[in-house]
Amino acid sequence: MDGVLQFILNSLSLGSVYALFALGLIMVFGILKLVNFAYGELIMVAGYTWFVLQGTLLPLVVVVLVAIVVAAFTSVVTERVAFRPVRSNSMNAMLITSFAVSTLLQNSALVFVSPRARAVDVPVFFHTNINLGGVQISVSNVVVILVSTLTLIGLLVLMQKTRLGITLRAAADDFRMLQLLGVRADQVIVSAFAISGVLAGIAGFLWISRIGSVSPTVGMAPLLIALIAIVVGGMNSLSGAIVGGFFLGTLTIALQLLLPQDMLAFRDAVIFAVVILVLVFRPQGIVKGRFATERIG
Amino acid sequence: MKMPSFAVTGRKLLPLIGIIVVFGVIAVITTILGIPLLDRIMTIMFINLIMVLGLQMFMGNSGLLSFAHVGFMGIGAYASALFSIPVAAKAMSLPALYPALAGIEMGFFPAMMCGALIAAAFAAIVGYPLMRLSDTASAIASFALLVIVHVVLSQWSAITNGPRTLFGLLKYTDLWTAVTWALIILVVAFLFKESSLGMKLRASRDNVHAASAIGINVVRARWLAFTISAFVCGMSGALWAHFITSFQPGAFYMTQTFIVLTMLIVGGPRTVTGTAIGVLLVTIATEGLRAMENSFSVSGVLPFETVGMTEILLAILLIFMLAFRPGGLVQTIELGARRRVRAAAIDTSEAELSRKA
Repeated sequence: MDGVLQFILNSLSLGSVYALFALGLIMVFGILKLVNFAYGELIMVAGYTWFVLQGTLLPLVVVVLVAIVVAAFTSVVTERVAFRPVRSNSMNAMLITSFAVSTLLQNSALVFVSPRARAVDVPVFFHTNINLGGVQISVSNVVVILVSTLTLIGLLVLMQKTRLGITLRAAADDFRMLQLLGVRADQVIVSAFAISGVLAGIAGFLWISRIGSVSPTVGMAPLLIALIAIVVGGMNSLSGAIVGGFFLGTLTIALQLLLPQDMLAFRDAVIFAVVILVLVFRPQGIVKGRFATERIG
Repeated sequence: MKMPSFAVTGRKLLPLIGIIVVFGVIAVITTILGIPLLDRIMTIMFINLIMVLGLQMFMGNSGLLSFAHVGFMGIGAYASALFSIPVAAKAMSLPALYPALAGIEMGFFPAMMCGALIAAAFAAIVGYPLMRLSDTASAIASFALLVIVHVVLSQWSAITNGPRTLFGLLKYTDLWTAVTWALIILVVAFLFKESSLGMKLRASRDNVHAASAIGINVVRARWLAFTISAFVCGMSGALWAHFITSFQPGAFYMTQTFIVLTMLIVGGPRTVTGTAIGVLLVTIATEGLRAMENSFSVSGVLPFETVGMTEILLAILLIFMLAFRPGGLVQTIELGARRRVRAAAIDTSEAELSRKA
């Protein structure tokens, strides 16, 4: 019983971080149909902001908020400087641009901070356990689940109740129609990048508090995770990203428990093989979106 | 399979001859100067030329973005190494090797061909379903393929020595081996583009529905090109491996993909001459920047580490190119094939097409 509960908690905690990763990636994908390879670097930026500010005696909450703002700001800047000029070009040009932005940010961290991993001070209470009715629950799991639930609720309210959210959902469905109705494309796209950055910041904080350090390539794993999650979950809807994230989180924990030690090394290869199979046999993913319109220019 | 028919007239051959002369002269000058560093840089450049031409054959003609080709280069490198490392050295290089493979030792050429064939066979097997996918999905799938190849290369310790350095290769590749193969592949890439298969692919690139409508089997054409280009990339991997002689799986991952894509995009993926010029220019830029990087880090003028500056500047260059000249330097008409008036007309119609795609 204890093991089952532990498994569920671990899966929920990992799955919710993965869902946030996937949501951040799909915010941009939904509108531009662009897989933003530089998305992982936003997480890296958040991590380095945390690393730089940890010596300043600011309370952790403030540091995290600043990190989120910096990630969102970086996301908006990349849109303005790199993605907007190539938006009217081919899909390949956009994908390669995002690859270039990713390399640019990674190497900037390498040059201006350090090629080596730097430790961040994760508060000690994160690693303690609390006893809840005879079951040991780690504080970090509780924090992760709480933060990501709050974020998900916030995002849900934003997308369902506000004018911005309705615009964004409409843009994901049929961007050209939206433009015909007089909505400014640039504003919609910038807000998508900003929300993507905020999600990357929050998820980045949770991810880096898990790992305990930040390095120039720290964004690689989250990018791959988000990529798998949106492909498996479904690329045409936000719920697809959430489903994909939780599915992947559960699968990861399960494989960790079930796979023999010498097979564990190939876990990522197995997961990526699943991605290709899904793309070939069920390209719409688990959750089929209502619309799949062509890309906008 | 019938022989492909070529529509190559004397005039169309001019760009090819021009580019071969340029690269031949570069090779001769390098040999005459005899500076070891220059020799090394140029050898790597010619190997990269083969790699980028391999990618161009698929990407330039089919219009599909592929991240996977550096993975094929890795397969070619590791597979050829497996066949060429002397039996005596194998126990040291690959302590966990399967006994069935431990006794194999080949010369360089057969080992290279085996490496390239294995890369092509792998591409042929995994490639067929991927060729059905549309642009975004195929890009993601090829990216997934690159990750899979990387994970397998760095975990299958028995035949790759895992994430550790693989050593014990003999240095078979020198400047002129690389030059010879690069010039051969230049001709191959050029003929490929003008072959019936190349034309079918280019037709499918410009309008996939029209191409299917006139009876082109788009999936099959893409698949053949994917396999052939994987063969070329595998060959470049084998040449590279026997030049560097000790390497790790990390050599065939994101950094190399970035450099290869930069070369292709800057030069112009749709033309062979453009691709070759891209390789040349990016090599000059990279090596110039590296030299500056080194002198800065030695003199300590700048208050930060300078390793990585080259990639930053290359990335900026790439973004600039994509924003202001997305078709590369040589866009659709091979350099030297002077038909300026028609070139302009074709350019605009192609730009229109890619906007709609």
